[in-house]
Amino acid sequence: MADFLWRALFAGLGVALVAGPLGSFVVWRRMSYFGDTLAHSALLGIALGIALDANLNIAVIVSCVLVASLLVTLQQRKIISTDTLLGILAHSSLSLGLIAISLLEVRVDLLGYLFGDLLTVTGQELLWIYIGVAAILSLLLVFWRPLLAITIDEDLAQAEGYSVLWIRLLLMLLIAIVIAVAMKIVGVLLITALMVIPAATARRLTNSPESMAAISSLLGCLAVIMGLFGSLQWDTPTGPSIVVGATSLFLLIYALPLPERKDIK
Amino acid sequence: MTDSILSIDKLCVRIGRRAIIDQITLTLKPGEIVTLIGPNGAGKTTLVRAILGLIKPSSGKIKKRSGLRIGYMPQRLHLEKTIPLTIERFLKMTKGVSTSDIDDVLQKVGALHTLGRPMQSISGGELQRILLARSLLRKPHLLVLDEPAQGVDISGQAELYRLISNLRDELGCAVLMVSHDLHLVMSSTDHVICMNHHICCSGHPEHVSNDPAYQELFGLEASEELALYAHHHDHDHDPEGNVIHNHDHNHEGCNHG
Repeated sequence: MADFLWRALFAGLGVALVAGPLGSFVVWRRMSYFGDTLAHSALLGIALGIALDANLNIAVIVSCVLVASLLVTLQQRKIISTDTLLGILAHSSLSLGLIAISLLEVRVDLLGYLFGDLLTVTGQELLWIYIGVAAILSLLLVFWRPLLAITIDEDLAQAEGYSVLWIRLLLMLLIAIVIAVAMKIVGVLLITALMVIPAATARRLTNSPESMAAISSLLGCLAVIMGLFGSLQWDTPTGPSIVVGATSLFLLIYALPLPERKDIK
Repeated sequence: MTDSILSIDKLCVRIGRRAIIDQITLTLKPGEIVTLIGPNGAGKTTLVRAILGLIKPSSGKIKKRSGLRIGYMPQRLHLEKTIPLTIERFLKMTKGVSTSDIDDVLQKVGALHTLGRPMQSISGGELQRILLARSLLRKPHLLVLDEPAQGVDISGQAELYRLISNLRDELGCAVLMVSHDLHLVMSSTDHVICMNHHICCSGHPEHVSNDPAYQELFGLEASEELALYAHHHDHDHDPEGNVIHNHDHNHEGCNHG
C-alpha cells in the first residue's frame, strides 16, 4: 500500500477514535447544531491563521473557542432562543470565513477545507493530528466522571461539588480541538457527522455510557476504512465517502432486528 | 441557636429589581423535618438553590455547620433518551460508593427491583425514589428535597412522605423539603414555613393551617380541605405504588371543629 494511503488511514483512525466519545457527549447533550456552528467558524480561523502566518491548528482552536464564548455570552442575555442564535452564528461565521479566504493573497484549496482532503495528509499533519488525539484522550480519561456528571444533571453535579462552568468550557475546548484535527479528514461541513452518526449508531447496541463511547469509536474507525477504500475503488471524494460509510452502518444497525429493549421506543 | 446545623439570616435573592426571596430567616436543628410551602413562584426552589450554593444570594447569610453533608434531590431530572444509563450506573455517579451501598439505599427506598433497568424505563414514582436514594448515598446530615412527590399520584405521594419521615427516624438526618400541599406533608413534618417571597407564617403544621396568613395565601377552601384530610392513612402500597388494601375514604376521625 502506498505511503499516502497509510498516512490517510492512520489520520482517519486517530480522529475517529476521539470523535466517538466526544460525539457521544454531543448526542447526549443535544449539541450537534452547536458542533456545526463551531465547525463552520473554523473556516474563519483558517483564513486568519493564513493571514497572520500562524499555525492553522492553533488558529482553528482559538477561533472555535472564541465563537463558543460569544455564544455562551449571547445565550445568557436571552435575547433570542439558542436555536436561532446558532443559526445566525453558524452561517455568518461560515460566510465571513469564505469572504476572508477570498480576500487572501495566497490561493487556498477551499474545497479541501470544506469537505476534507484525507489523501494529501502529510507526515507533519499526521503528527499534529496525533498530538490533538493524545490531548483529547488524556483529558477525557481524567475528566470522564465530571463530564458525565454534568451531562446527566448540571444541578445535581454542582450540588455534589463539581464546577459545572469549567467542565462545560472543557467540553467546548475538546470539541474545538477535535474540529481542528478532523478538518483535514472530512472538512468543516462534515465534521459533526463524524461525531454524531457513529454515536447515534452505538446507542442501539449499548447500555452504559462507557460502552457507547467505545463502540462509537469503533464504528467511526470502520466508517473511515469503508470511506477510504470506497473512495479508492470508485474514485469518489474521501470525506463524503466516510460520512456515507458511517450512515450506511447506522442504517444497517437500526434495520437489524435486535432483541426488544425497553429503553428505546 | 448554637446546635443548629444550618442557619439563614435575612437572606435575599433579587433578579433585577424583583426580590424572589426577601429577608428569609430560619434555622434547622439536627433531625428536624422542615417543610417549605407556598404557591407557585413563591421562591421556594430559589431558597433551596441558594442553600445548596447553586445561586448566589444578593444579601444575607447562610451559615452551615462545618463538615455538613447535604443530600440533594432535585425537583425533576430531565434525562435524554440517548444516554444509556442503568439505575445502578446512575447511583454510581456519586463519588466513592460501593455496590453494597447502592443495594442498601435502594432497599431503604423500596426500589431494589429497578437496579439493572435503564433510567428512562421507570415510572415517575420510581424515579423519585431513585433520586431520593441518590441523595442518601452521601450519608447526609441534611436532606434537601425539592418537591419530592412531583409527578407521583396522590396515594403514592402519601407513601413517599411517610418513607421520608421513616428515613429521618432511621438515619437521624434533618430534612428540608419543598411542597405545595400542606395536607399531605402534615403528618410527617415538625415545622412548616409558609412563604410567598417572604415568610408569611411558620410553626407547627396544625398551627400554620389555622393561621390567617396561610388561609389568605391558599384560600379558605384549601385550609378546610386540609382539615377534612386529617384522617388516618388506611391502606398500604407495594414498591410499585399500587394500593395493597383500600376502602372508601369515610372521613372517620376527622378533626375539624
